[in-house]
This record gives sequence, C-alpha cells and structure tokens, in this order.
Amino acid sequence: MIYFDNSATTVVDASVLDTYIQTTKRIIGNPSSLHFLGTQADRLLQQARGQIAELLNVEDKEIYFTSGGTEGNNWVIKGTAIEKHPFGKHIIISDVEHSAVGKAAAQLETLGFEISRAPVDQKGRIKVDALAALIRPETILVSTMLVNNEVGAIQPIKEIGKVLESYPNIHFHVDAVQGLGKLPLQNWLTARVDFATFSSHKFHGPKGVGFVFWRRGRKLAPLLNGGGQEFGGRSGTENVPGITAMSKAVRLQLTDEEAKCHQQRQLQTYLIEALKTFDNVSLFTEPTDEYAPHIVCFGINGIKGEVLVHAFEEKNILISTTSACSSRSHVTGSTLHAMGVPGDIGTTAVRVSFSSHSTMSELEQFLVSFRHIYEKFSKVSR
Amino acid sequence: MLEYSEIMIRYGELSTKGKNIKLFIQQLAKNIRSALQAHPKVKIHGQKDRMYLILNGEPSQIIIEKLRPIFGIQTFSPVVKVDKQLEKIYQAAAELVASEYVPGQSFKVNAKRADRAFELDTIGLNREVGHAVICAIPEIEVKMKQPDIELRVEIRHDAAYLSVATIKGAGGLPVGSSGKGMLMLSGGIDSPVAGYLAMKRGVEIEAVHFYSPPYTSEQALNKAKELTVKLTPYVGSIQFITVPFTEIQEAIKENVPSGYLMTITRRFMMRLTDLIREKRGGLAIINGESLGQVASQTLESMTAINEVTTTPVIRPVITMDKLEIIDLAEKIDTFDLAVLPFEDCCTIFAPPQPKTKPKLEKVLEYEKRLDVDDLIQRAFDGMVFEKIQTGDYFLTSGQQEFEDLL
Repeated sequence: MIYFDNSATTVVDASVLDTYIQTTKRIIGNPSSLHFLGTQADRLLQQARGQIAELLNVEDKEIYFTSGGTEGNNWVIKGTAIEKHPFGKHIIISDVEHSAVGKAAAQLETLGFEISRAPVDQKGRIKVDALAALIRPETILVSTMLVNNEVGAIQPIKEIGKVLESYPNIHFHVDAVQGLGKLPLQNWLTARVDFATFSSHKFHGPKGVGFVFWRRGRKLAPLLNGGGQEFGGRSGTENVPGITAMSKAVRLQLTDEEAKCHQQRQLQTYLIEALKTFDNVSLFTEPTDEYAPHIVCFGINGIKGEVLVHAFEEKNILISTTSACSSRSHVTGSTLHAMGVPGDIGTTAVRVSFSSHSTMSELEQFLVSFRHIYEKFSKVSR
Repeated sequence: MLEYSEIMIRYGELSTKGKNIKLFIQQLAKNIRSALQAHPKVKIHGQKDRMYLILNGEPSQIIIEKLRPIFGIQTFSPVVKVDKQLEKIYQAAAELVASEYVPGQSFKVNAKRADRAFELDTIGLNREVGHAVICAIPEIEVKMKQPDIELRVEIRHDAAYLSVATIKGAGGLPVGSSGKGMLMLSGGIDSPVAGYLAMKRGVEIEAVHFYSPPYTSEQALNKAKELTVKLTPYVGSIQFITVPFTEIQEAIKENVPSGYLMTITRRFMMRLTDLIREKRGGLAIINGESLGQVASQTLESMTAINEVTTTPVIRPVITMDKLEIIDLAEKIDTFDLAVLPFEDCCTIFAPPQPKTKPKLEKVLEYEKRLDVDDLIQRAFDGMVFEKIQTGDYFLTSGQQEFEDLL
C-alpha cells in the first residue's frame, strides 16, 4: 500500500503512539484532582505545553489545547465574535478557506455578522490588496489559512500581517493546520499573528487533539464553559495522553525540518516534472516556494477526480480528491473554482500529499501505476 | 561577542559604611564566591571602593547573569583587558562601543592613566580613542554631559582596561551582613516578598513553615519549599524548617472560643519561631504582615500576638498595598506559585468571625486552658530541617520525570 493522502491525515509515528499508550497506562489522574495522581498529570500537561511553546518560541500560557483543527478554527472565529461584537460585526476570510472556517463564519451571518471573502489569484494565493480594501472600521477579525489544503499554495501571511499593523484592534487568525513542519515558523508566525490553529493528526500525532496559539493580551471568549481548564479558555478534562503524544509529535515534526521539507520538495518536483510529460494532464501546483512541499494537485482531462481516486485505489495507492472532508459531497473544488479554473477541469482534480515518511521508490511505483491508468483512460475516452 | 576578562563591581551604599566596611566587603565576596561555585577559576579582589572579579577564562555572560540578583552590588561593568598598544586599544574601543550602540546615541571617552610613562596622557587618550570610535561609527554623536555611552579606558601598569556597559545590580546590602532572621513563610503572596526585602537589607533568612497534616496537604508544604527555591538565587541556599503544628491547632480549636482561635494560633507560631530563632542564633523574626489586610493584621491583633516576645519583628511589607506586594511578587517570580489553591494552616481553622480587636487579658485567660510549654516543646522537638538550593524542585517536576514520554 502506498499512502499519499497525508493532507487528510498521517500515520501516527510509532514512538508517538508509544507515548500515548504509556501515558494512558501510567498517568491516570485528572489534572484537576488535588491528590498526587492529579498533580502528576498536571505536571505532565504543563511540561507538554512548555515543550510546544518552546518549539514555537512563544510563552507557555499562549498554548491552549483543543480537540483539533475544526475546534480551533470555530473557537477563534466564534470566540472573537462573542468577545468583540460590541466593536463591530464584520469578519474577513478568504475564498479558499477550509469549511471549518468558512462554515463557522457562515453561521455567524445568521446572527447578523457580515462576512467578506478575499479573492485569490490564479495560483490560489490571497490578493493582499483586495483583502486590505475589504477592511472597515467595524472589522473585528481576519482569518486566513497558511497552506491551502487543496493545491498547497502558501498564503502571504507576512504581507497580510503588514497590512494589519495599521489596524491593531483586528484579530488576525491563521489556520495553520496544513503548515506545521512544512515551512519555517519564522516565515509566518510574526508578532502580528494573534491566533493560530494546529491539529495533531496532520503531523503524525493522534487524532482528536490539537492546539491554538493565542497571543497574550488578546481576548477570546470560550466556547466550552465548565471547569475552567486551559486557563479558563477551554473547559473539559484534558486529553492528557493525546496532548502528551502531540507534544512529542510536534518535537519530532520540527526536528530536521529543513531536511524533511527538502526531501518532500524533491518528491513533489519529480512528480510534477513527470506529469508534465503527459498531454492530457492539468497541473494546479508548482514546485516552488509559493507552494508547500508536500502537496501536488492535478487532474486528467475528462476524468472525474473521484474516478481517478478509485482507479488508484485498485492499485493499492491512496490519494484524494481535493479535500477529504468534502470529497463525499459533490461541490466544485472550492479553491480551484476560486482560482478561476473552469468547472469541467476543476472536477478532474486529485491531490497527492506526502509526509516525511514518503519515499522515492513509492513515487516510482505511483508513476508506473499512473501510466497504466492514463493509457487505459486515454483509450476509453477516445 | 567580546569576551570580558574582568568585572568591576561598585558597592553603592556600602561605600558609606565607616569602619565596618571590611566586614561588609568580606560578606559580599563570600556571597559572590558561593553564587559562582561552578566557576572556581574566578578570582575575587575586594578593595575598599570597588571589587574586581578576574575571570581567568570563565564565561563572562553566565557570570554577569549570576551577579544580577546579588545584594550589595550597586552596578557592575564588564572589562576588556588589552595590551598597552594604541592600535589594540583603538580596536577594542570601537568594538566595545559598537556592541552597545543604538542609532541616535551619544558617547564620550573617560580615560585614566596610572602608568605615567604611557605615550599618551589622558587628554590625548580621550581625543585619540574618541577619534577611533568615530571612525568606526561615523554617525555617533559626542556629548560630554550625560552621554548615552561612557567608554572608560584605564591604562594600568600591566595592561589597558576598557569598559563600556554599566549594569545595574540588585542594590541593598550583602545578605548576612545584617545578621540572621527567621522568616515565617506561609505559602501566600506576602511572606516570600517579606523574605526578599529582608535579604535586600542584608538579613540572612531561614524559612519557618508550620505544617498541619491532614488539614493541610503535602502540596501546601511543597509549595512553601518551592517558594523558598525562588528566594535562593540571592543567597545560594536557604535552611527550611518544617514545624509540626497539627496538635497545637487541634488543642486550640478544642479549648478556645472561635473568636480567639486566630490570635492564639498566631501567638503559638510566634513563640515557636522565637524559640527556633534563639536556638539557631538569629536576631529577628520576619513576617509578611501588611497593616489592616486581615483580622490578624490590625494593630490590636499585632499587639496581642507580639506580646509573646521582645525580639524585633521585622514586617517589610507592613505599609504596602496588596497591589504593590503583588508587583514585587511578580518581579521575584513567586506570584504564580503563591496563588496555587492549596489550604494552608492559616485558612484551615479560620473562624467565621475572628476578633479584629482581641483583648490581651482574654487571650491570656484562654491560653491558661492549654499546656502551652508542653505543646511548644513537642512541636519544637518534631522540627525537620532541609537545606533548599537553587535548582531544587518540589511542586514542578524536573526535566527527567517525563523525559521518556515527551
């Protein structure tokens, strides 16, 4: 089996899984309990937090644990809305956001919030000038993704941050779910970024756990009220094994980051160059610094993406239509649509996504299968 | 980064001490020696007006950090030693000023010459070294009065010494130069601040903590120890004394009307602390009382409590507002620990309505119901001593505890 669907989820690293199991067995207390099992669990929780904070070069109290990317995105968007609605009810997102951002914002529209969606260029990158033009006195939040989950475009976070320097009251949230370990943190996590969302299972950690970076001094209402865990920001008994395992996964993901990115970039370049030799292939990703190194989006003209996914599946190769979360719903690939790709070409798109575990020999096998599939479909569609 | 070869320390307030100054300087040298235990090659020369640390290759940046919290140091300056050749002096001067310079700043050169045979006199040195700096940083401004950067150049017989940065020290008096006192350390916000301030005025402290299991938890005890750890950078290590207090609290609770529980409990604590002080050769008792903050901290209560001893009771935060105390607690990094929600012995038997104006004659009458000497003696016999050092941990865990998981 060749697993090239790492933007959907990744395989849990063996040592991370071991941490999960060991923590579940050994650290049984609730971190809020007063007895020694409780304080032991709390110490581990705080160390896990400290490790992530140190790796991100932020303060311990700026890391808040969540159940994953969807919760993180919903929290920052709705929490900002609850906290800041007396100051304005206008929110800016982009045209290419993940539905955890897009639909969270859409829900706020029913409560009288106005949502503006910044357009992207042909490469899927947000047009910063167009976004700047959308800012109004009542804008309370700008939320954009870091790495597009469909085509891999890296968004101009630094440039957007520069624009927002003139608007210090606007919250700036970055959905970084696809980005950890795929580009250097200092390329985007600037002092103007107020919030960032991360999800463990995208970087070889367990599912059901994630974290939000929440810059000290910013205000955000909790969505989950209760026992006051996570400094009052996110109640609910902490997922200690998940959090501990995630903390280790963050460490591993950022170890030798440069070499691992380089390796994935090589695979990406190799695949794209190979695909370019086929006449009927449309490519939506380029192997440049404007794109993350782990994603390749392409299509065979005339063949629906879903059909291509199943054709590869028959050969024991797992890839995806443009976003696993929406691949069962028959919507036009939203990023491609926003990029101006015509509908009939957009529906052909599939996504290959690598991780640091992916190898060149897997890619060679993939290309052998691709040739077979391509030739077969060429005959059928002739 | 320039490596410094010496650090020059200025005493500030110490310099005004008359004939006792020698003792103060000896104490400061001893404290610095203990803070620099890990750097045995450093030589300390205490002179009447200044102290010189000769680093002998020990890392200057680490030593600078370790000097910052030491009381008795007003300011200090890292010094670069170079050969007495003009070219080398110019180069070091330019490098030193550049390491401190921020665009828009001004400087001046302050040269001294002990070696009268040196080729330039002080006026010449000021001019020529200044010229070398301006060549290296053309946009720098020269200002004789209150420059941003003052470059000191000293030509001694063996070499030339240059320094530029003046780092603010912790001020105060060397810990130990004012004798020893017993700090009543509860685990709240105020008492660690009181301990810090007493140390700042030269008092060596030992921490006395009253422990009442099972009414107070082991975490509360560990919290007090952890707070003590936070006070160790100023001295190196602190003696922590745990006094078993359960029996006394139970006896008081059983025999004394609830309005007087607090007053009499405090009197017991004061008696025990005073007894320990006597045995440990201390001269004072230090506590974190702040006037009017709680029932035990009214002047009437203090009168009733203080009646058990004539030993000086130092109350460093007595006139501070809570917010002022919190500011200091944050500065010395004890606040986050102090607010951890563990029961301590002050809260556990807290009556709903303690007397804010207890009457001494009633106090004495109620105390007759208790075998005071016997209770005190048993608590005293059960004392546990523990030396607490920088780097110890009690509540927080060391790196090792979960190393395999993370």
